[in-house]
Amino acid sequence: MPSLPTIQPEDVATAERASHAGNFDAPALDQHRDAIADYALRLGDDALILGQRLTEWCGHAPQLEIDLSLANLGLDLIGQATLLLGLAGELEGQGRDADALAFHRDVLAFRNCLMVEQPNGDFARTIARQFLFSTYQAALYEALQHSAAPRLAEIAAKAVKEVRYHADLAADWVIRLGDGSEESRQRMIDGLDWHWRFVDELFQMDAVEQALVDAAIGVDKAALRPGFDDVVGRVLTNATLPLPVYPRAVVGGRKGHHSEHLGHLLAVMQFLPRAYPDATW
Amino acid sequence: MGVAGRRFSTSLETNGSREDDRTSPFVSSEVEKRIWDVLENVPDPELPVLSILDLGIVRSVEPHRVTITPTYTGCPATLAIQASIRAALDAAGYRDVAIETVLSPSWTTDWITPEGRAKLQAYGIAPPSPAATATCPQCGSADTEEVSRFGSTPCKALWRCRACAEPFDRFKCH
Ligand SMILES: [Zn+2]
Repeated sequence: MPSLPTIQPEDVATAERASHAGNFDAPALDQHRDAIADYALRLGDDALILGQRLTEWCGHAPQLEIDLSLANLGLDLIGQATLLLGLAGELEGQGRDADALAFHRDVLAFRNCLMVEQPNGDFARTIARQFLFSTYQAALYEALQHSAAPRLAEIAAKAVKEVRYHADLAADWVIRLGDGSEESRQRMIDGLDWHWRFVDELFQMDAVEQALVDAAIGVDKAALRPGFDDVVGRVLTNATLPLPVYPRAVVGGRKGHHSEHLGHLLAVMQFLPRAYPDATW
Repeated sequence: MGVAGRRFSTSLETNGSREDDRTSPFVSSEVEKRIWDVLENVPDPELPVLSILDLGIVRSVEPHRVTITPTYTGCPATLAIQASIRAALDAAGYRDVAIETVLSPSWTTDWITPEGRAKLQAYGIAPPSPAATATCPQCGSADTEEVSRFGSTPCKALWRCRACAEPFDRFKCH
């Protein structure tokens, strides 16, 4: 490398001024600032927690190809979480970036749904969760691309291409396991049964989200349910699997009422940055 | 390498909040041309056979700004690419050029250039294509099958050639 030219402070200042071109300026959104921050936090926490769960498979999957697939799904989700939590931190305006939100919040402050924090179980249970969640998430991002909030819209437009692939991959495995051996079929049935009670929460609306729907910023999740049921029904038929028996739904993640599993996940995920706050690698 | 063909329209102009600072002593088009030349020599860290221009992630060049877009949201190469561009621009004396990352419009494999696709095939990676089967980069046979929907990186799937039995990566359509 040749010796670098001297860096002039005025050059740095010029570059910094120019770098703000990508920011949008939309005063009409100001009144919804807190709600959008909350919304981005919910979506970001879903992606972060599921991404962390999937990385637990790294080095443990039944085959190298599955190991790669699950790690790559996790990577996509953590990438989405970085964008969404970055947006949440920016709108919140308290100087917290995506890392601060991921690593320095306690369990009650997380806003993810309960499904994503569930333990991996066996491979079939992991696939059941992925199939149900990715099918929901693909429909959500599909709609969110048209949000009146440009930052949410562009993140969704980027992420939906990744998530469609996740949903396809998981559906392939549901069919392969469901229509496979007696044992793989039973495990797939058990995996879907485990997660079915957390499906209702995915589509649950509250006042925050309804206000964003009214402002054409958020997605009416309740309206996505028939499409979801249709996809799930088709894939399960293909997999020769019965629809799970409808259990009593469990909800509460969006209010911070989590299962005991989330605390254990956070303990692993947050230990290093909390114990060594200035660590870099 | 033709410079004019590299220009893309982006949504930046409509975003409004940019300050106008065209006080550069250079003729803009000259500067832009030289910056394109610098970028031509920045390789993708995971696919060093491709330059970042082959990959289609450079969206525009202006006198004080290079605009790029990530491939996948979680692509670990994104930060490495930014650092390489920064180093190349600094080395060429363009410290006053900012690197801006935009998400929209989102990157698609359609933006990989014809040169980039040829380089991939020669390197042993089947370029992205909507065709049901890939062409084996080793022997040219179309008698190939998918082994795994993900390969060594998020952007590739793992394939195998039934004719010559070699495994190979195929760039996914995205
Ligand atoms: Zn071959």
